[in-house]
Amino acid sequence: MTDFFAMHGYAAYVWPSYALFAVVLLADALAPVFARRHVMRDLARRVRRAASRKTP
Amino acid sequence: MNPLVLWFHKLGSPPYFYRFAGKWLPWLYALALICGAVGLYGALFTAPADYQQGDSFRIMYVHVPCAWMGLFAYLFMAANGFVGLVWRIKLSETLAMASAPVGAAFTFITLVTGSLWGKPTWGTWWTWDARLTSELVLLFLYFGVIGLYHAIEDRRQAARAAAFLALIGIVNLPIVHYSVIWWNTLHQAQTVSLVGPSKIAPSMLWPLLTLAFATHVYFFASVLARSRVALLELESGKDWVRALLPATETPHD
Repeated sequence: MTDFFAMHGYAAYVWPSYALFAVVLLADALAPVFARRHVMRDLARRVRRAASRKTP
Repeated sequence: MNPLVLWFHKLGSPPYFYRFAGKWLPWLYALALICGAVGLYGALFTAPADYQQGDSFRIMYVHVPCAWMGLFAYLFMAANGFVGLVWRIKLSETLAMASAPVGAAFTFITLVTGSLWGKPTWGTWWTWDARLTSELVLLFLYFGVIGLYHAIEDRRQAARAAAFLALIGIVNLPIVHYSVIWWNTLHQAQTVSLVGPSKIAPSMLWPLLTLAFATHVYFFASVLARSRVALLELESGKDWVRALLPATETPHD
């Protein structure tokens, strides 16, 4: 198992590569989730404001 | 009309696409995750170490699928940009702009993992090799498309301008692909080929192909998710978007 983690001396190059792959794609997957939340909140605020203008 | 053509027309309508993409997204994410896990298992556990490069060759399993995706995403972006420019289809513009950040992410991973592979293999993090340089230009093209899209206020005008830039940048794709043949520098030539036999052992090849499949599926999942959000923003004045708001938020008169 230690052999596996050491990658026969290449650990410093192999593991960062796999970590970067995972981190960048995870960030890419989460981006639309946050963007959607932002868009919906913005839209709800606009609708509320329009409604309050209509009923004085 | 032919049912397939009819369906294609329907798909172009934002509310229909929104629902269609929403239905498919969980399955695409699940498929990408499962194939990715199987591929990574093969890459790290079952594939034997390379007789020359030892275990450093395992970087290939993240480097090569991402490199393929960087090119594929660009082609997808340019093709959708072309359709958007010529036929003014809103969904095509949206798909084109949604694929730019995903393609940029894959190209970024390609460049950094390539650097991490280059250090133990070539003895340098970076060199102005033809393949490396053209791949860097690809990343800058993605940045240009994303930057132009965000620099223009009107979303549809912005998408068309950025799509035009994407179309010009397509000239870089054959340069990236053929650079290892045209210029004989550090980067190795391709070992996996669509036409003709691949110069790689099957035990090493299958994890690579599985990961390539997983990244393709992931790309489409990410593009669909991003397009859904972009359509919500683009159509925020329309009834179908208003209907998506929680009931308590909608005005009652």
